[in-house]
Amino acid sequence: MQFGLSESQEFLKDSARKFFAGECPSAETRRLMETDTAYDAALWSKLADQGYTGIIFPEEYGGVGLGKVELMLLMEEAGRALLPGPFFSTVVLAGSVLDALATPLLKKKYLAPICRGEVRATVAILEASGSWNPAHVQLSAANGKLTGEKLFVSDAGIADFIIVVARNGVFIVDGKAHGLKISPMLAMDLTRKLYVVEFSNTPAEQIGDATNLPRAFDVATAALAAELVGGMQRTLDITVEYAKTRKQFGKPIGMFQAVQHQCADMYLETESSRSAVYYAGWALEENAPDAAAAVSIAKMYASDAGRTVGNRGIQIHGGMGFTWENDLHLYYRRAKASETAFGDSTFHRERIASMVIDAGNVSAKSA
Amino acid sequence: MDLKLTTEELAFRDELRIWLASHIPKDWEEWREKPIEESFAYLRAWQQKLQEGRWAAVSWPSEYGGRSATLMQQALFWEEMARVDAPPMANSLGLGLIGPTIIACGTEAQKQRFIPKILSAEEIWCQGFSEPNAGSDLAGLQMEARLDGDHYIVNGQKVWTSYGWVGDWCELVVRTDASAAKHKGLTVLLVDMKSPGVEVRPLRQMTGESEFNELFFRDVHVPVENVLGKVNDGWNVAMSTLMYERGAYGARLHLIFKRYMTRLIELARTTRRNGRPAAEDPIIRQKLAQCSAEIEIMRFNQMRAFSRISATGVPGPEGSILKIFWSELNQRLQQIAQELLGSYGQLLGGDPHAIDKGMWSYAYLRTRGNTIEAGTSEVQRNIIGHFVLGLPRSY
Repeated sequence: MQFGLSESQEFLKDSARKFFAGECPSAETRRLMETDTAYDAALWSKLADQGYTGIIFPEEYGGVGLGKVELMLLMEEAGRALLPGPFFSTVVLAGSVLDALATPLLKKKYLAPICRGEVRATVAILEASGSWNPAHVQLSAANGKLTGEKLFVSDAGIADFIIVVARNGVFIVDGKAHGLKISPMLAMDLTRKLYVVEFSNTPAEQIGDATNLPRAFDVATAALAAELVGGMQRTLDITVEYAKTRKQFGKPIGMFQAVQHQCADMYLETESSRSAVYYAGWALEENAPDAAAAVSIAKMYASDAGRTVGNRGIQIHGGMGFTWENDLHLYYRRAKASETAFGDSTFHRERIASMVIDAGNVSAKSA
Repeated sequence: MDLKLTTEELAFRDELRIWLASHIPKDWEEWREKPIEESFAYLRAWQQKLQEGRWAAVSWPSEYGGRSATLMQQALFWEEMARVDAPPMANSLGLGLIGPTIIACGTEAQKQRFIPKILSAEEIWCQGFSEPNAGSDLAGLQMEARLDGDHYIVNGQKVWTSYGWVGDWCELVVRTDASAAKHKGLTVLLVDMKSPGVEVRPLRQMTGESEFNELFFRDVHVPVENVLGKVNDGWNVAMSTLMYERGAYGARLHLIFKRYMTRLIELARTTRRNGRPAAEDPIIRQKLAQCSAEIEIMRFNQMRAFSRISATGVPGPEGSILKIFWSELNQRLQQIAQELLGSYGQLLGGDPHAIDKGMWSYAYLRTRGNTIEAGTSEVQRNIIGHFVLGLPRSY
C-alpha cells in the first residue's frame, strides 16, 4: 500500500504549480477579477496547451486520459493559485457530466471541443430553493423547450453552452439560444462569477437522463474540495511567512504560542483535508464501494476547514489581514463559495448519516 | 498512489489471520473486566503464545526474534489484532518501546541479557521518564545518578510509570551531569526494580483506577554496565524510544473507534428523543456523521504518514497531527455518547441501571487523559509550529 504520490503524480503536481505560478500570479488574478467574466482567452489557450482542459477525459475525444487522483492534484494547484475563470465550470463540471451521460456522438460534439480548449461551458443546477438535492429540481422541459430559471450558475456569462439539469432529463442549451437571458449575481467570490439563467421557450437538446449525474457530481465535488485544499495551503503559507517576519513586542509574532498553535491547527486542518481528498480521488478512480461516502467525507471536512483556516489566517495577520491589499480575503471569498457549492458540510453530514446510520457502514476499503 | 495491499502485505496479513483464527483466546471477554492485577498472568500467557508463532514483536529484526516487518506490515498487524479484539500483550512497553531502543543503542551483552526475556514476557519492563517537575519539559528532569566506582547511586522520584507495579526492569532517565546544559547531562540506565531502595506506589487517577505508579529511588545502586547508549547521551536515547511511541501501534485505533461508533449508532437507534429514535434526530445525525467521517480521516492521515515513513525511512514530526487528531476525536466521540445517554451517562459500572456496563462513563473520564499522555496537545502543537512550520521556538 502506498498513499504517497507516484513519481508521475509528483511531476504533474510540480509542473502544475510552476505553470500556475508563472501564468497566473496574484496580480493576474486581481486583474481578471475586476473584469466581467474573469476569463482570459490567452490564459485559456495555455491551459489547453498543457492538456489541462482534457485531463481526465478519454483520448478518443482529445483528452489526456489521466485519473481522478491526478485531477485532484491539478485542482489543488489551481486552488493554490486561485485560478480565475471557468476552468472548474467547463472542464470539471460540464466535462464530467458529458463524460458520464452523453452518447459517443454527443461527446464528439460537446466534450471534444472542451478537451481541445475551444469552448467554455457550465452546468445549471440550483433553483430558487437553493437546494443541492437533485430531487428538488423543478424546472422541466416540454417539447424540447425550457421555461424557467436557474440560479448560482457559475461562469454562465462566458459559456458557449449550458448544461441544464431538469426534472425530466439533462439538456444542453446553446449560449446564444433564443429566449436565454443571463444576468450576473453579485457574490463574494470575484474570481468565479455567478449568474441567473432564465429560459423562456428556449430550445434545448436532451443529452441523457439523470441516472449517472450523481457520479459526475461526485467528481466535481471532490475536485472542489481539492481546490479548497490548495487555497488552505496557500493561506497557511502566507500566514506562516507573516508570523515569521511580523514583529510585535520585539519578537516575531510566530514565537507566541497563541499564534503558533493557530498555525498548527491550520496545518492539521489542511493536511487532514488533503488526506480525505486524495482518498476520495482514489476511491472514485477505483470505483470503490465507499466512493460516494469518501467524497462526502472530503467535502464535509474541507468545507469547514477551508473556512476555519481562512478565519485563523486573517486573525493572525491582524489589521493587515483585514485589508483589500492582502490576498487572504480573495481565498476566503473563494472558500465561502466553494463551501456551499455542491453541498456544505451540513448537507454532506446528512448524506454520510444516511449511509452510516440508515444503511450500514462507511468503511475505507483498503485493508 | 495505490492503496491496494502488495503481495507481500497480503501474504503477511493472511498468515497472521490464519494463525489468529486458531490461537485467539476465546475467553478474553470474561477476563477483560477484571482488574489487570488479576488478568496479568493471562496476558503474559497470551504474549508467550504469540511469540511461539513469532508474532509478539513483528517490527523487530528477525535475528532478535521478530519478523523485520515493514511499517505497513506492522500497521496490518495492529489492525488485525484490533479486528479480532485480541487481548493486549503483558510486556507492551518492552516490546513496543524499550526492546527496540535496546536493539538500537544497547551493547551486545545487553541485547543477549534482556531481549529474549522481553519477548517471552519473563521480565516485564516499565519506563521511568516523567517526574513531578518534569512533564512536558522532560529534559528538566532531576533524578540524580552519582558515579561511585563501578556503580551509579540513584536518588529521586518518577511519576506516571505504567506497569511500575509489575515491572521487573525499568528504562530510567537520570541526570549524570548537573553542570551540563539540561539536554546534555542525561543518561539512560536499565534498572533492576528489585534493587534495594526502589519503592513503587500506585497513583490513583481520576477514573479511580491505578494504571500508573510513582517510583521512589533512595540510594539505588545500578552497575555501570547497565548504561544504555553513552553516558550523558540519554536525551537522544530517550528520544529514540519516544519515536517508537508514534509508530504503527496507532493503526489499531481506527477499528477501535469504529467499534465505539457502531455501539454509538446502536445507542442512537434505541434511545428515544422527542418521541422518536435519536437516530432520526437531525442534530444527533449531524454529530454522528461528523464523528464517523473523522474516524475515516484519522485513518487516511495515518496511511499517508506511514507511507511517508516507508518512503523516507524516518518518521517525520508530521506524526504530531496523528496524536492531536485521535486524542481530541476520542474526546468528542465520548461527548456524543454522553449527549445520547443523558442522565444514564453518569452511571458507573456495577450500577444496575448502567448502559453497556458503565463503559461510557469510564471512557468519558479516561479520554481526558488522552490529550495529556504521550505528549500533551500543547506540546504537539509546539512541535508542529517549530519543527514542521519553522516558526521560532516559543520556549
